[in-house]
Amino acid sequence: MDLIAQLEAEQVAALGKDIPDFKAGDTIRVGYKVTEGTRTRVQMYEGVCISRKNGSGIAGSFTVRKISFGEGVERVFPLHSTNIDSITVVRRGRVRRAKLYYLRSRRGKSARIAEVSNYKALGSAADA
Amino acid sequence: MLRSGVIAKKIGMTRLFMEDGKQIPVTVLQLDGLQVVAQRTLEKDGYTAVQLGAGTAKAKRVSQPMRGHFAAAKVEPKRKIAEFRVAPENLIAVGEEIAANHYFDGQFVDVSGTSIGKGFAGVMKRHNFGGLRASHGVSVSHRSHGSVGQCQDPGRIFKGKKMAGHMGSARVTTQNLQVVRTDIDRGLIMVKGAVPGSKGGWVTIKDAVKKPVPSNVVYPAALKSAMAAAPAAEAAEGGENNEG
Repeated sequence: MDLIAQLEAEQVAALGKDIPDFKAGDTIRVGYKVTEGTRTRVQMYEGVCISRKNGSGIAGSFTVRKISFGEGVERVFPLHSTNIDSITVVRRGRVRRAKLYYLRSRRGKSARIAEVSNYKALGSAADA
Repeated sequence: MLRSGVIAKKIGMTRLFMEDGKQIPVTVLQLDGLQVVAQRTLEKDGYTAVQLGAGTAKAKRVSQPMRGHFAAAKVEPKRKIAEFRVAPENLIAVGEEIAANHYFDGQFVDVSGTSIGKGFAGVMKRHNFGGLRASHGVSVSHRSHGSVGQCQDPGRIFKGKKMAGHMGSARVTTQNLQVVRTDIDRGLIMVKGAVPGSKGGWVTIKDAVKKPVPSNVVYPAALKSAMAAAPAAEAAEGGENNEG
């Protein structure tokens, strides 16, 4: 293992984030810390994960899309961000792509994702 | 109060997540067997400087004169050697090793290295020219420069005209990079942002010239011998921790 990979592994371990197993198509709820002046509160952001990038290492990130007041909103979160309070999987979706960018051009009925009926949990590190 | 800089090896880039939610892009630089190889003194050389060496070189691949130079200093043959001008009171004894706490977290430094070679580059890449239009009669020369001068008066091209040519492989200094974190055991210095050169290349780090010298820098340098003398508990720590 080279030094950079080692430093990144150490930092992932030091951050000690509990990241659930999720992939594109899953509906997830992200608790994101928002600082207003001096007060910090946790804001919930729930939507469909449409992309996961750069693996589960320190550089990993994921995109969550939701329809807010009729307008599509996408947010990209760094997987190991210290601003993320929690990630919970609300629903497992059955999709055949790793990136669901086609959802951007869809509305309503055609933008639905079927639920996985027989979800099996993978090993902690291995995921899509 | 000029003090010595250090020679470091560029390991690569990564990111650090801070407690306040910020992520900082950092370049990891490693001090690898950094030792003083020679001194330049006012009486002998007319100026004061320390010559540092870093890395390890196979003795059989080091030239005979350099082997004698390293033997005189009683240090292992070094891969990279550089001189740093210092004030006379900040000279360091030959053979002393410098540790990563030479710089403190938050300090500004200048990092110099040899930039990545780009070969013979056109003007768009080399000087950020705009090139010519994609259509409207332009043929073959979409990435060319346009006119390079005027007419019969002056009748020549001015010196220093930006044109295509060799780019990169030049000594570049990036000023005012902030030290984010240091790791004394492994000899790591992490600076915010990018540093010239490729991974595995050698760079030199100095205190930033365009910032006032901070009051809490260590004079003449953060020496491993001084660290070993102060806390006896850490005296066992001595060898470099190299992961290649």
